[in-house]
Amino acid sequence: MSPILVLDDVSVKLPAGGDRSHAMEKVSLALAANEILCVVGESGSGKSMTANAIMRLLPGGVTIDGGRILFEGRDLCGLGEAEMRKVRGAGIAMIFQEPMTALNPLRSIGDQIGEMFELHTELSAAEIKARTLALLEEVRIPDPALAFKAYPHELSGGQRQRAMIAMALALDPKVLIADEPTTALDVTTQAQILKLIRDLQRRKGTAVLFITHDFGVVAEIADRVAVMSKGHVVEQGATQAVLGNPQHAYTRQLIAAVPPLKAPPPRALSSEPIMTIAHVSKTYRTGGFLGRGQRVTHAVKDVSLVLPKGATLGIVGESGSGKSTLARCLVRLIDPESGEIRLNGIDLAKLSREEMRSATRDIQMVFQDPFASLNPRRKAGEAVAQGLIVHGMARPEALARAKELFGLVGLDPASTERYPHEFSGGQRQRIGLARALALEPAVLVADEPVSALDVSVQAQVLKLLAELRERLGLSIVFITHDLRVAAQVCDLVAVMKSGEVVESGPIGAVFGEPQHAYTQALLASIPGREFGKGQRLAEEATA
Amino acid sequence: MDLVKLYVRSPPAVIGLLLLILVLAMAASADFFYPRDPLALAGRPLIWPFSNPRFLLGTDNSGRDIAAQIFHGARISLLIGGVATVISVMIGITIGALAGYYGSWVDTALMRVTEAFQTLPNFLLLLVLVAVFGSTITTVTVAIGIVSWPASARLTRAEFLSLRNREFVQAGRTLGLKDMRLIFGEILPNALPPVIVYASVVMAIAILLESALAFLKLSDPNVASWGNLIGAGRDVLRVQWYVSAIPGIAILVTVLAVSLVGQGLNDALNPRLKSR
Repeated sequence: MSPILVLDDVSVKLPAGGDRSHAMEKVSLALAANEILCVVGESGSGKSMTANAIMRLLPGGVTIDGGRILFEGRDLCGLGEAEMRKVRGAGIAMIFQEPMTALNPLRSIGDQIGEMFELHTELSAAEIKARTLALLEEVRIPDPALAFKAYPHELSGGQRQRAMIAMALALDPKVLIADEPTTALDVTTQAQILKLIRDLQRRKGTAVLFITHDFGVVAEIADRVAVMSKGHVVEQGATQAVLGNPQHAYTRQLIAAVPPLKAPPPRALSSEPIMTIAHVSKTYRTGGFLGRGQRVTHAVKDVSLVLPKGATLGIVGESGSGKSTLARCLVRLIDPESGEIRLNGIDLAKLSREEMRSATRDIQMVFQDPFASLNPRRKAGEAVAQGLIVHGMARPEALARAKELFGLVGLDPASTERYPHEFSGGQRQRIGLARALALEPAVLVADEPVSALDVSVQAQVLKLLAELRERLGLSIVFITHDLRVAAQVCDLVAVMKSGEVVESGPIGAVFGEPQHAYTQALLASIPGREFGKGQRLAEEATA
Repeated sequence: MDLVKLYVRSPPAVIGLLLLILVLAMAASADFFYPRDPLALAGRPLIWPFSNPRFLLGTDNSGRDIAAQIFHGARISLLIGGVATVISVMIGITIGALAGYYGSWVDTALMRVTEAFQTLPNFLLLLVLVAVFGSTITTVTVAIGIVSWPASARLTRAEFLSLRNREFVQAGRTLGLKDMRLIFGEILPNALPPVIVYASVVMAIAILLESALAFLKLSDPNVASWGNLIGAGRDVLRVQWYVSAIPGIAILVTVLAVSLVGQGLNDALNPRLKSR
């Protein structure tokens, strides 16, 4: 079959003064009708730039400076802006990562999909409405007539992404470019959207260029895969071949960094609990007047858990399940309404603000976003030393200790004098870890500590966390939405849904034989479930 | 260092800085060029500028040297502008920071006070304050500071509202930092750039307010301020217009200089805004 979209030695030049001269260098890809090609790579690999170059939606100062982009035999690089507009939407359509920002909040969904027909066809208003409703039906939005009139904020994330797909497919484009379309979605929604994209693609014979960072998604959806690194395609081929038998060292390293879903053999746990959480609840009330017409949200509802000394307790769940609220209750960033949080016998929930300030010595937190969690105007070393100074250590001593801690988390002790923006994401997360460890806490609460990191960096940080746990005898509460990560680091796991713990126990048991229907659904939704197993089979075959 | 480089890239900002340096130089050299009391009688009244080499800018209606008053007036104007700005921004930052950080009833109470100040035309309030407390240079300066803080309070509050829930502030709380340390050590340095830029606007307004007071002859008559000179020239405005026009130009240049410097600082502190 002759390919419909060909990238022939395409290079994209970045403005001078960046860390590299080209976002893409001599990238050659071919996409045939009726296939899904996944472009996979870490952040900064140039995978999104590839999508933008094809659509000619490049940011200012970024230009295509070599090669050809052939769509149905025509070179898109040579087209004028007016001709390009005819290709966009009708010939090549695109869906984006965050449907909330890609949709206009002031116009209804039906209006925005209908616009595609208005711009590119001569259909009458009634026909446009009929076609739009048919499209919404096709992407299986519940109640298409209602969704037609709805505004973007009235739909859930998954429904919005369905509306985006409907819009992209409105004119039956030959090529669909999907730029991380499921990254912002929960795992169960992601599974549904991936299935939808594959079904529609099979039925309409569309060629799909699917951009992702997640090898699980690749295993789930791709026919062929291209691996990008620093602007180059380092390897491409059929999915089975690339995932099962990667040739390039970088691909091998990436695949090795994907945590397998199966938990390692259980460790012996201490029978002595260090922290017990009993009947903790937190509700939010909004609106209403004197208690009438209030909206009550149970963010955390009667949660009881036990953290044994030296163990790691994972709390998993989708967004809105209350796992982050629970984490913030543990360190009293949020005051729980009722319940007990006993750490070494002291009930943290009952402490006054003043008492809690000194109790922070024993419980510390690591945050999710490595860019937001460090004060941009404070030197890294000072950020780490700050806690020690507050708790009474002399400044020079605290700064010397900060240097030691930098060594402990694998950073250069000389870099304490640098500001946060001079570090990479993974390094910043190590600084965050050093800051939390400075006070030598007994319990560490880690709120999604690796979810903002690339998979290879993620593997390094998880390894560091496991080492520190052994060395310092830490007990960890580990919040995550990623079940693969949970399987690797946790001894115990609690699954949360709508503020409640629906199932908890040793990780092997919960993930091996899930009892609750929700846990089963969650595990079944993980993209590329078989991927980890297939990898092991391949290893056995080569051995 | 980067800030300096970004700053000098914009020509208006450089011009503004040069003008400001010129005014500062005038203020600094006043005693050297015009060692006598600028308010002492120097010669015949109402000599036109450039007609007598002894009085380069002429004399006013009581025979005082205009050039001497302009040079010495630069000191007064800059002093009033500077001190009033510091007072205004200090009050604004404190109120805005407390309101933005604590939220709930603290915020409600402080913002109602701010609105009370904002609804009164600030020149009217200034007149009342000067009428009650008298018009010495100290009371005038303090009064200008007191009437011009609400905008910087609102600005600081808005910054605090967006910064107080950032993870680095929460991290500070989990480390056991006290509220005052979080407010002034962690959040304020990040909230400051827009407030500093706005301070240049406050300074320009402060200089104008003082001139307006002086024009109504309500400012301190015992100092050689530009406003006082304009006020004096009012009586002979139709014929000897230069008496009011020369200090007017001095005020124009100073306010322009301060605004350009403020704009330049804004562009340098937010380089991304400018390239858009």
